[in-house]
Amino acid sequence: MRNVAIVGTGQTPYTTAVNLTYEELVYTAARKALEDAGLNIGDIEAIVFSLAPTSLLGIDAAERWCIGAVGGINKPFMRINTGGATGGSAAQAGFFNVASGLFDTVLVVGAEKQGDTADTQLILNRIMSVRYELPFGLNAISMAAFAAVRYMKKYNVKQEHFALVAIRDRRNALNNPYAHLKGNYTMERVMSSRMLCWPMKLFDCPPRSSGACAVIMASEEKAKQITKTPVWIKGVGARSTTYWIGDQISGALFNEYGEWDAITPAAQSAYKQAGITKPHDEIQVAELYCPFSVNEVQATEALGLCEKGQSSALEEKGHWDMSGHLPVNPSGGALCSNPIAITGLARVAEAALQLTGKAEKRQVDGCRTAVTNSPGGTFQFHAVMVLSNKL
Amino acid sequence: MSEELVTIHDRWDIPYDYSAGVCASKFFVELRDHKRLMATKCSKCGRVLMPPRSFCERCFVKAEEWVEVGPEGTIETFTIVLEKFAGNPDPPFALAYVKLDGADTAMLNYVRGLDFSDVARLAYRIRIGTRVKVVYKDKREGKITDFEYELLS
Repeated sequence: MRNVAIVGTGQTPYTTAVNLTYEELVYTAARKALEDAGLNIGDIEAIVFSLAPTSLLGIDAAERWCIGAVGGINKPFMRINTGGATGGSAAQAGFFNVASGLFDTVLVVGAEKQGDTADTQLILNRIMSVRYELPFGLNAISMAAFAAVRYMKKYNVKQEHFALVAIRDRRNALNNPYAHLKGNYTMERVMSSRMLCWPMKLFDCPPRSSGACAVIMASEEKAKQITKTPVWIKGVGARSTTYWIGDQISGALFNEYGEWDAITPAAQSAYKQAGITKPHDEIQVAELYCPFSVNEVQATEALGLCEKGQSSALEEKGHWDMSGHLPVNPSGGALCSNPIAITGLARVAEAALQLTGKAEKRQVDGCRTAVTNSPGGTFQFHAVMVLSNKL
Repeated sequence: MSEELVTIHDRWDIPYDYSAGVCASKFFVELRDHKRLMATKCSKCGRVLMPPRSFCERCFVKAEEWVEVGPEGTIETFTIVLEKFAGNPDPPFALAYVKLDGADTAMLNYVRGLDFSDVARLAYRIRIGTRVKVVYKDKREGKITDFEYELLS
């Protein structure tokens, strides 16, 4: 396998309603990434398109509209879809394309447009089993609630611990010009927000975001020609598990729904490739796709960034803050901006900004290694990537 | 040129007649006609799958033996839905994954007969480990909603 670097990124500001069409959004991010890399569209050899379920856009197979918007005419083009994990999986597909030696430059790009319908949760209900689960109105928020209840019981944490996650993410997002929701919020404000699916309240949940993201990857030889600050993809890992939540909460499978530990073997694969043995000490920043507050508590543990059951205690001490031992989501993360099709790709782009020192007000000083994750479906697809500014 | 932005109103309204398949059809007919909850059992690991599926995802072999489970079980996780979502029943309502006695996996359904006036208290009342029983609806249509859970005490 060849070494692969990220040489350019582009994002649009995330918000619910956008005046650009879907393909205009995609085009905008692709152009920004090319400008960032100092490349022309003719320099790109292949396209990986990051697009989750397209009913969020209200159109089917929307990738077909975007061939021209990503400069894909007369080039290989593939769409990746692993639900919410799509962006992380698309980044991995881009990595495979270059690492394999098949292509020297690949554009990984996509967009989300949720503002055209108010019914995101109705659409996410349609990913459930028609036979056994769809009739109960199960959606992403209730999915998170089921996990939160399991976690709270096992580790004796309270809703206030989840609120701390939301407060930190929204505060961090103040430094991110692309972030959708941001602000300084008090515990009282978060705790008094509307209860949606107990114990998940409004502030524990992400917004319906639209926006676009693009990442350009290149082989080592090309990357060194393109930029003085390549970001190396040091490790990738992915694991999948069953659709059935009821199988994941009964000890009958390898993972426990309440702990998100289906991520763990994916992270271990990525760390092994990256030569990381102590992730909590060797990683300086984590950009996590955790759409719900509880997910950050679970993911920090499942990714080995702290001991099991310790994330909330560390949160109370500021461990995950910008000034803490391991800042989590300097961008504000998915709790502040959740353009589903590309939320995972935006984590990779944000990690690359951190590792090139281009993260502006949200920059973590001395950042050498970063980790990202993406979850999809009923928290059943997990993609992990480790990035570094040192080869 | 005008700065006015035009929106195009449209909607998806697509009918389906989903085939439930052989396995789920047996489950639904037993539920409808005999008020019994039938699960499948993996021929290799012996895991009893509820709701029933025709193969074991862990062993990758068929699960064709049928065993009756319930009618009581234990709450493994729950949520109390207080928000109105399009296409959902009107809130409040409670959902729980219950591991029915004899089953190895948990199955989703409503928990009926609850008092929603104090949500924190209710969350304690239906906490993990709470025992429930299956209550069948009088008029059954061969659907997953033909039964609900009810607290035992």
